[in-house]
Amino acid sequence: MGLLDRYAGLVSLYGEVRATGPDPFQIRMERVLSPTEAIINGKKTLLVGTNNYFGLTFDPSCMEAAIEAIRAEGTGTTGSRIANGSYTEHVALEEEIAAFYGKKHCMVFTTGYQANLGIISNLVGAEDFLLIDADSHASIYDACKQTQAEVVRFKHNDPASLDARLRRLGDKPGNRLVVLEGIYSMLGDSAPLKEFVEVCKKYKAYVLIDEAHSLGALGEHGRGLCEKEGVLDDCHFIVGTFSKTLGAIGGYCVSNDPDFDVLRVTTRSYMFTASLPPSIVASVRQALKVVIAHPELRTHLWDNVHTLYEGLKAKGFTLGPEHGPVVGVHLPDKMMAIGFWRAMLDAGVYVNVAIPPATPNGVSLLRCSVSAAHTKEQLDHMVEVMTGIARQMGVLPAAAPARAAGSAR
Amino acid sequence: MLREATNSIVENDDMNDTLVSSPVERGSISRAEVMGEICHHLAPFQIGEKPIAGSTVITKDLAIDSLAVMDMVMEIEDRFDVSIPMNVVAEIYTVDELADTVLKLRARR
Repeated sequence: MGLLDRYAGLVSLYGEVRATGPDPFQIRMERVLSPTEAIINGKKTLLVGTNNYFGLTFDPSCMEAAIEAIRAEGTGTTGSRIANGSYTEHVALEEEIAAFYGKKHCMVFTTGYQANLGIISNLVGAEDFLLIDADSHASIYDACKQTQAEVVRFKHNDPASLDARLRRLGDKPGNRLVVLEGIYSMLGDSAPLKEFVEVCKKYKAYVLIDEAHSLGALGEHGRGLCEKEGVLDDCHFIVGTFSKTLGAIGGYCVSNDPDFDVLRVTTRSYMFTASLPPSIVASVRQALKVVIAHPELRTHLWDNVHTLYEGLKAKGFTLGPEHGPVVGVHLPDKMMAIGFWRAMLDAGVYVNVAIPPATPNGVSLLRCSVSAAHTKEQLDHMVEVMTGIARQMGVLPAAAPARAAGSAR
Repeated sequence: MLREATNSIVENDDMNDTLVSSPVERGSISRAEVMGEICHHLAPFQIGEKPIAGSTVITKDLAIDSLAVMDMVMEIEDRFDVSIPMNVVAEIYTVDELADTVLKLRARR
């Protein structure tokens, strides 16, 4: 029996997807031209699915910083922080992120996934309780598999459901850690954070919030949902990523916990992987400066969110519940979503296809992410393309025929 | 990224209601009551005419994936006012085992 035989069911389902056309999970970007355009299948394609919320991947100042860092310190660190030591710039980056949030401590990780995996699984141990939202990201679920703590799931964005689960724990000893996300990555909805924080205070639970998709986008200074909702001080741990708004790769966690630094010698995803290379550290430091110095990028992002969300809504699409840099478009089923995605790509627009089990409640979505770098014309064009395909495929009713000027009403 | 089961649309619009049917917060509950509730929540995932029984292996005999199982468990939790930790859910295979877990947690309160 082959090692991979147990995936036979999956192989056959995946085969069905691939038999009908290009594979949505193995897309090749032949050449990326800018934050909003790439050559795919030999054709210039509009990118509306790359989480590049501020369009900083091609920011000249970030690119220059990365190039200078490579010339000065080489291409990689070739080892982990604990074995090979920290570069001065790793430490400077940590201090700058801590200062951005007004927190005392920061730990930088090589990816956002590793930040969630390591921090969450190490904050709680045997006899403790970890409470997670049902729609949590895979990195949070994977942390649950690594921790000794008892894990309890509550209903998505439902403070009453969390309350019931904390109440049931009664007076059992052990810490309680509640994990939330600023913006959920599939439907783009935000946590009702104030209400969640109230529940956590009532039961003396610690709060960890993942601001991966909300860094830059939410709050007066772009610190995320915790800032927007005025509860930054009540969020004991804030996790985030460098791979979206900041245009590179990496993750972090900030906190005021006086003993926070002990996690540097307990967290395996920090200890046993190579640290970020100098070029990434340099571009991220510069990107953070850009985020701080240019709040108009946030304004532009939200103008673009408005254009796309209201444009699609006006055409009759069923969307995620609220405006946000992630716009999820509901489609009736998995094969329809894949077919729709292919038709969009043929028409020169790239978005993400999201299907079960990567989505909550078995929904099938085309997931769009908006950038401050998009022009209004690009997004208007995308709405037109999407509407045309939806009418062809019967997702939206056919347009009423335009009436000739002067015809009877 | 693909669901194991072919029946991939899960009707779960009542996710927003914390307490679906009236919760039983106090007093004792019968095994029959728990079995009835579980079968009610599993009915949409039944394959063919084979009835759901205590020996039904939830993820094998029904068209349900692991995520939908966890969502179903949350409904049962709220109905009987108990929390079943995720690592315990992972070791539950049959309807009988789920019912026993609920009764055991309930008795411990």
